[in-house]
Amino acid sequence: MSYLDKDALKVVGTRPVRPDGVDKVTGRANFGADMIMPGMLWGKIKRSPHAHARIVSINTDNALALPGVRAVITRADFPDVTPDRAFIGAAPANLRDLSRNCMAKGKVLYEGHAVAAVAATSPAVAEQALDLIEVEYEVLPHVMDVEAAMAPDAPVLHDDIFTAGVEPKPTTPSNVSKVVRFAKGDIEAGFGEADVVIERRYTTKPVHQGYIEPHACLVSVAPDGQTTIWSSSQGQFMVRGYTARIVGADIANIRAIPAEIGGGFGGKTIVYLEPLAYMLSKKSGRPVKMVMSREEVFRATGPTSGAVVEVKLGAKKDGRITAAKTVLKYQSGAFPGSPVQQGCICGLASYDLPNAETIGYDVLCNRPKVAAYRAPGAPIGSFAVESCMDELARELDLDPLRLREINAAKDGTKAAHGPTWTNIGYQKTLEAAKASEHLKTRLGPNQGRGIASGFWHNAGGESSAAVHINEDGTVTEGHPDIGGSRASMAMMVAEVLGVPFETVRPVVGDTTAIGFSASTGGSRVTFAGGMAVTQATQKVVEELKRRAAITWDISPDAVEWKDGKAYPAGPNAGSFEPLDLADLANKSARTGGPISAEVQINAQGQGPGFTTHICDVEVDRETGAVKILRYTAIQDVGRAIHPSYVEGQMQGGVTQGIGWALNEEYIYDKDGRLENPGFLDYRVPVASDMPMIETVMVEVPNPRHPFGARGVGEVPIVPPMAAVANAIAAATGVRLRDLPMSPPRLLAALDQAEPMRQAAE
Amino acid sequence: MAKTHVSTVINGEPVEFLCEPQQTLLDVLRDELNLTGSKEGCSSGDCGACTVICDGNITCSCLMLGAEAEGRSITTVEGIAQGDHLHPVQQKFLEHAALQCGFCTPGFIVAAKALLDENKNPTEEETRYWLAGNLCRCTGYDKIIRAVLDAAAVMRAEAAE
Amino acid sequence: MPNLSFTAPTTVDEAVRMLAGSAGLAKPLSGGTDLLVQLRSGRMRPEAIVDIKRIPGLIGIREEASEYVIGAATPGVMLSAHEGLEHAWPGIVEGADLIGSQQIQGRASLAGNLCNASPAADSVPAMIAAHATCVIAGPTGRRTAPVEAIVTGPGRTSLAKGEFIIEFHVPKPKPHQCDAYLRFIPRTEMDIAVVGCAVNVTLDAQGVCSDARVVLGAVAPTQIVCDEAAKALIGHRLDEPTLAALDAAAGRACNPITDKRGTIEYRIKVAGVLARRAAQIAFERAGAR
Repeated sequence: MSYLDKDALKVVGTRPVRPDGVDKVTGRANFGADMIMPGMLWGKIKRSPHAHARIVSINTDNALALPGVRAVITRADFPDVTPDRAFIGAAPANLRDLSRNCMAKGKVLYEGHAVAAVAATSPAVAEQALDLIEVEYEVLPHVMDVEAAMAPDAPVLHDDIFTAGVEPKPTTPSNVSKVVRFAKGDIEAGFGEADVVIERRYTTKPVHQGYIEPHACLVSVAPDGQTTIWSSSQGQFMVRGYTARIVGADIANIRAIPAEIGGGFGGKTIVYLEPLAYMLSKKSGRPVKMVMSREEVFRATGPTSGAVVEVKLGAKKDGRITAAKTVLKYQSGAFPGSPVQQGCICGLASYDLPNAETIGYDVLCNRPKVAAYRAPGAPIGSFAVESCMDELARELDLDPLRLREINAAKDGTKAAHGPTWTNIGYQKTLEAAKASEHLKTRLGPNQGRGIASGFWHNAGGESSAAVHINEDGTVTEGHPDIGGSRASMAMMVAEVLGVPFETVRPVVGDTTAIGFSASTGGSRVTFAGGMAVTQATQKVVEELKRRAAITWDISPDAVEWKDGKAYPAGPNAGSFEPLDLADLANKSARTGGPISAEVQINAQGQGPGFTTHICDVEVDRETGAVKILRYTAIQDVGRAIHPSYVEGQMQGGVTQGIGWALNEEYIYDKDGRLENPGFLDYRVPVASDMPMIETVMVEVPNPRHPFGARGVGEVPIVPPMAAVANAIAAATGVRLRDLPMSPPRLLAALDQAEPMRQAAE
Repeated sequence: MAKTHVSTVINGEPVEFLCEPQQTLLDVLRDELNLTGSKEGCSSGDCGACTVICDGNITCSCLMLGAEAEGRSITTVEGIAQGDHLHPVQQKFLEHAALQCGFCTPGFIVAAKALLDENKNPTEEETRYWLAGNLCRCTGYDKIIRAVLDAAAVMRAEAAE
Repeated sequence: MPNLSFTAPTTVDEAVRMLAGSAGLAKPLSGGTDLLVQLRSGRMRPEAIVDIKRIPGLIGIREEASEYVIGAATPGVMLSAHEGLEHAWPGIVEGADLIGSQQIQGRASLAGNLCNASPAADSVPAMIAAHATCVIAGPTGRRTAPVEAIVTGPGRTSLAKGEFIIEFHVPKPKPHQCDAYLRFIPRTEMDIAVVGCAVNVTLDAQGVCSDARVVLGAVAPTQIVCDEAAKALIGHRLDEPTLAALDAAAGRACNPITDKRGTIEYRIKVAGVLARRAAQIAFERAGAR
């Protein structure tokens, strides 16, 4: 059964108060660092001061001798994860690498890489003990940026990594861990047909997810190995599986309890602390709590890649693109695994391109291992392509929106990376942009308007859900995803059951309370979790009908479920008073026992997300300061289950993108040490930087989801960098191709362009 | 390390505690008094998640020593609602969906409450600047600002009754 | 911090004894908004912290016949709320008001901002421009020094062991005298100044500048009093050639570095821009008196 008819919906599409809301406005909600256990110790990490060095020796004797210190661990306490045990289930992380990221083996590969950890009776003692751990290093040459790391004489990070994806198979190790390539048509012929060809180079800096909650966990390992992990993450099953493999424990012995998570944005899809706290707890026999400082979050957890992207576009005079080529080089940090492939795919995915080629390089360097960040890889590639589209529009003297309309991907378009689109809403976002009041408003001096589009695949995958009808007829719904999905899940349950939203209590289950679920990522939860929850509820409805049939002694086929009650299906079924949830639950012992259903699925058929943004800026030509005057995000959201939270995702993604565009960057000194590991100089947008962010939700339902939902959380971060760059170009005539477009950079570009401007006048 | 004995008032209740000289008020609230509603996001006064009201002024509890609380009156997020009656700022945060992950929310609630105590009718710009010391990475601030302005309107209407 | 001590004396003499008597590093604590960050990060490892806020007079503003006396630990919120001071020296108040967030404003003090000895301290340029002085208590008694004599370099001051500032004296403005302070930061709030500039001018009855002081922040190891920029203003109205001369003089006075907050070229250029813009505000304010 599907619920695609919007007019028939009573709960989905409304804006109820979220079930966990009161806990969160009153300070009751418990996040990663909020839990305590009796006898708990505090764990702290000793980290490398060097970007690249061989660990010659580690002496922990003095630290262990400090009163209050109960355990010290180093790499020697961890088993080696052999290559055959490097992956678990369908999870993407290479656990051999992750193990070495959690605790350095042999070499430190970035400043902040963990080399030892202590557990002590107070944070102050643990801190003091860190100073007493003596580590001798042999400092090695380091390499920070992609092109330097790809140079033939570059210091090599790993002597066992050989470039994958090239023929013949290389025989010397390389910092290029992988090359990916997608192609369609005949790229050279395509450029040959073009009237105009432009070729540009763009660069971006690594940026951090910037969740306000630092990583935190509390781990208790009993002498028999029974383990409880309390931590904030994007997946309790991920925490359980990854930790088990890294410490060499059985999954069955670990119960992972999800704390409320204070933001993740992809950055909490891997473990950093849990395996260390496990080892410290095992060694000390006491529960161990670990909480990162903000500085540690910046130095040692995953930013997304800095990158170099080259774009070449060829077009006819009328604006039809004949060929597009992109080359992307992404930093992966200390271990392989940048999101370069998604960058390759997403940059070109919005357009119907007869000929296209995209090549991506995954490049190691002495920076923290990158982690997923909201539509991983897509914003970088799209900043380049969407900026270049704007440059092409200028070259062709075409309106940039018109250029996108001419080349927009639509149903039936075969994307450069393979799939043929169905039920996509990209053109609808362009239509809505064109019709928007925003586009009609006039701009003043030093003001400019930019537009940019974006794409993200969205994801499906493994999800579980359970629905229990309680004795009094209320409903407990369990699902294993992170906190933000409670409202949408409960709304879908309420809709299917035909009961008020308030009678459904959603619970985020721990790993012993509910079946396996993949991590929250790829904007998969409302899609895949929602599908599981809907199916579980439908099973419960079937069971409720069966129980009514037993009560009435008629066939289940003769029972109809409507508005939360069982009715006889027509006069032939007999004449009975309807039975609601409370009636059926109260009598359940007499009709077969408790009424519940659990569903496990591997959800397929996620719908891609397309979006178009409009940004107005004002530039202070004397200081290079950019003010965001107005911003509109238009997005195909499939079906907005809880529209307020869909808008919130759009507004949040836009704001992160604006930070990425204007000010956010990692700044390293010449020795590879991070100079801005704090919110003072890593400048995320503050409230006074932002205008209100207008949202337009276009709804092209995804027919493969019962309610038509498609992922909405990630794609909003894809267009802002180009939208801002295009707006600055419109305001000033100066094109910035390097992020961030900070005041010193913009002012330098304006000064450089000034003589030309004066000459032109 | 000798501990300092401190007598203070927290959320209207007299409280006594012992703290080490380097412990911040935030450390004391969270680790000694189990008031974990105030959050630690940066320890440098840049994120505002630990905002409390101290003798009428909002302050980052990570930038105040526990020992300094002697004789002061402190309000934390746990003291904003009156029993089961939410403060209008809390109610409007819920209605406007002004929170996502909820980690920054306690700091925003405390700071916004203090704003409305001082300024019954703040403009959008005043509200944005007052709250500039509270970082939110989820919402883009839009719904937070709307919630605070709406709470101000409700409080003005209540005051006029 | 194994041997850290905390005390909160109630007299100046007691505080001096505690600061002078500590074997290791002893730090006076007023707002703590810099000190606690340094303590937490391990950049500063004092043995004694002496909270000076419980000493009578250290918090508060006193208006006297020819001057304002501001207690060393007076927080920003009290400066902004003081109508007399705000009217007399809007530039001083706006400089102090720019330090950090509303949360920081509840704590951060003039003495702390000065003695943290950052060249980028927002409250310092306008104080120097107004010829403010400070009273310093120490083991050998009390002395007075101009504000510009305190900071000797990044993180360094001229205060001797056991000395701390107890109050500031700011002379009241003469007729047609006023000030302004502007800073540039990449965001709208929460940043450290990339460049700061205070301009303090006195006009004659015809609107011609008869006296001026221009002080730049974040463009040299300490705040700099830019005499050449003042000379560019004195004897002139604020016309285009005067503004151009001011801009050029401010730029020439800079001796900045390139760091994570800005480049040398950027700081020099923006120093000139801010000098012009601050002068315009100061002239307008002085002219309106």
